[in-house]
Parts: sequence; C-alpha cells; structure tokens
Amino acid sequence: MAPFANFCMPIQYRNIQLEHLAVRHKCGLFDVSHMGEVTVKGQDAERYVQHIFTNDVADAPVGKIYYGMMCYENGGTVDDLLVYKMGENDFFLVINAANIDKDWAWMQQQAKGFDIVLQDRSEFYGQIALQGPEAEQRMEEVLGLPCREMAFYTCKTIDGVIVSRTGYTGEDGFEIYASHDYIQRCWDKLIDAGVQPCGLGCRDTLRFEVGLPLYGDELSEEISPVMAGLGMFVKFDKPEFVGKEALAKQKAEGPAKKLVGIELEDKAIPRHGYMVLKDGRPIGEVTTGYHGISVDKSVCMALVDAEYAVLGTEVEIQIRKKVFPGKVVKKQFYHKSYKN
Amino acid sequence: MAKVIDGLFYSESHEYVKVEGNIGYIGISDYAQHALGNVVYVDMPDVDDEIEAGEEFGAVESVKAASDLFAPVSGTVIEVNDALDDQPELINQDPYENWIVKVELSDKSQLDNLMDAKAYAKFCEK
Repeated sequence: MAPFANFCMPIQYRNIQLEHLAVRHKCGLFDVSHMGEVTVKGQDAERYVQHIFTNDVADAPVGKIYYGMMCYENGGTVDDLLVYKMGENDFFLVINAANIDKDWAWMQQQAKGFDIVLQDRSEFYGQIALQGPEAEQRMEEVLGLPCREMAFYTCKTIDGVIVSRTGYTGEDGFEIYASHDYIQRCWDKLIDAGVQPCGLGCRDTLRFEVGLPLYGDELSEEISPVMAGLGMFVKFDKPEFVGKEALAKQKAEGPAKKLVGIELEDKAIPRHGYMVLKDGRPIGEVTTGYHGISVDKSVCMALVDAEYAVLGTEVEIQIRKKVFPGKVVKKQFYHKSYKN
Repeated sequence: MAKVIDGLFYSESHEYVKVEGNIGYIGISDYAQHALGNVVYVDMPDVDDEIEAGEEFGAVESVKAASDLFAPVSGTVIEVNDALDDQPELINQDPYENWIVKVELSDKSQLDNLMDAKAYAKFCEK
C-alpha cells in the first residue's frame, strides 16, 4: 500500500506482472474511487465546457465521451480529463485524483459569466474499472449490466449508475461510477467470480505500454498537450478555449520540446527523471520508463529537445553511473485493442 | 516466511555475504527478493572494481523500482554473475544460490559488523 492523492492505494494485490497480464489476456478489476468527478449543468453548460476543454463537444450526441485537457492561458496543462455528455447542457467530468483541489479552484475561477451549476461530486462517487478482453462478458454475467451494444467512448445510465466503455489500459473495458455502497457490492461480486484485482502498479505499466499519458509525468503545467504529442485532442477550429492562442503558436512554430519513445538495447531500466543525452550532452529527461511487461524490452517515454525527436535518432540515457545507448521510436510499445 | 541460511553474514540493507577463505559471495537475501518482486535487471560492477563497505555498488531492478545494492564488506570484484544478465529472475528463484558478485575481501574484520542468520531473521520480523 502507498499514499496517493490523500488515498491509501494498493500498488499490487499479488504481483504487477500477473495483474498486468490478466488485463491483457483476460480481465482485471481496479478500484479507482480516488478519481474526481465534477458535474456541469445549466443553460451555459456546453459553452462552459467548450471554454475550459481543448476537445470539441459541440453538437455531441448524448452518451458520447471525449478525452482532452484543460490548459492555462500559456498552454501548460491544468489536467487531462474525460468529458461525458449526459444530456443537453449536462456534463460529467472525470479528473485526476491528485489534481482535484487545483482543478476545482480553476473550474470555479473560469465559471464567471456562465449560467451554470458546478458541483464537485468526488466524495460521492466510487469508481471501478473492469478492463480486458473478458470485461464485456463479466459486466453482463456477473453484474447484470447490459453493455454489449455500447461503442467505445460512450456511456449510459442504468438506475443512476453511470457505465462507460472507457479505460486506461489499452484494452477494451468499462468504468462504473456510483455510490460507494454500490461500487463495493460490484467489487465483491466480481472478486467472488474470480476476477483478478489490480493495483496502481499495473495501472501504470498498462497505460505506459500503449503510450497513454499520466498527468505529472507526460503532462504538467510545463508540458502542454502539443509538446506531449496530443494535438489531436486540441481542436483549433473551435472559436475559443483557454490556452488556444499559446497552443496554436506552439503548433505553428513547433514546440521546443517533444515527447518521444526510446528503446534501449540493454535491459537497464530508464526511470522518471533520468537524463537523456546526445553525444554526452543533456537533451531531455525520461518521463516514464519500464522493462515493458508485454514487450520484454526496456523502453521509456522522454521529453527531449525537438530536434532530437525524429524517429531513429540515436541517444543515450544515464542510468546511475552508466550511460546506455537507445534510439527514438514511436511512443506506443504495445498495440491497443479497443472495441470499435 | 523469508528463508535465512545459517553461516552467512547479513546487512541491514538485506545483502548477504557467504565467506570462503578470503573470498566473499555477495547477493541479496530471500526477504529482499520477496520485497522487490520479479527482478528484471541487475546492474553489476565490473571485474577489478573496488567496492567499499556501506557504499552503493550496483542495483537490482524490479518492475516497481530500482533498489540500490550496498556493499556489506569492502573488497575487489573478481567475478560477476554473468548468468544474471540474461536471467535476472534467477535471483527470485534462489537468491542464495545466485550471488551477484564475488569479491576478494580486503578486511575480514568488517564481518563483525554484520548480522548472523539468527539476528537477521529477527531483524526481518520487525
């Protein structure tokens, strides 16, 4: 167990590898009740979401989910989040646990002039994520929640319980948001049915292998979505959103630093904060690195000076006293298998 | 319950030394390999490197984290366990059979600063 964003969270229940592979090949269950939830309702709700969010929710059908960021005026990232369209002018925002206080303050500050009701529902909602190729079957058979027909990145409400086909593992899967009592009962049923409980350890290795960012590593107040290669979630054709001008400038001029993948020849593991070098000179830092579990190679994501971000560029990484050669590769080390 | 072997010397940072004459085999204890989980990489010094008691001389990495190795005794590295390059998991299978470095001890009196099996077993229970 380890402290994480005011929660005491399990790093692993049994073993990271075993939990990781359960999600890739069968399914695994995560207690992610620490995540924050904010609701936005009222006649300006859509206009407000468009203002704080980089992705475009205009004319979205009810039940659609969008991934994107909230940015500062300078393009730095406040947080990355999911926006669920629950109804007309009714949105459900899922934010990172470590950022709840900061995000809430930011959202309130940005709400001036909008006719909306903002509510921080983080205390009310518990959340579990059931992830992996067998998730759909388990949802229906063990929990009795029909979900077969749901498309990826959509949600529906069943008796007040929010069910979405989303996740943070690169596999098909679902997330359920409800009262802590309800979530606890779902957890118990799934565990009794033999589903593998999974900790934060494999949550990180799974998301990392498929190149999904973690706020604090690949996104931060200093790392914009454009630098992180997440420009596809920033819709510049929207009339306005906070950070648009700064991000458009970064995109046009090319950011000074870019997020890349690096593969090492050796088994040594590049970890967060280790230095990336070119001919002995520092050019960046590792953001996340592992000996990949599904790929059996030492790989990392790193933020490097843009001129070295070209695929195939030879670089070195300083790991303790030694320097190991590596090369720039795509920052997706394992293929996602989402349901279309 | 972690396995502890009689006749070895143990440090508080969970390395052991097996002594044969003037030679010491240094590795990590069963308690340490359990705490680390699956070992995926062992960072070892080079032959002829001098290691100093109490100082870092390498690292053992699991998926979770890198854990520094601290030399329980001083000496000169005369061999490293190359098998661990390809099969770091040997440390999980049997940490006492699969030592990490073999050193020529420079000061055998340093062994007095280490724990015997009984004291170490008690230390691990804390």
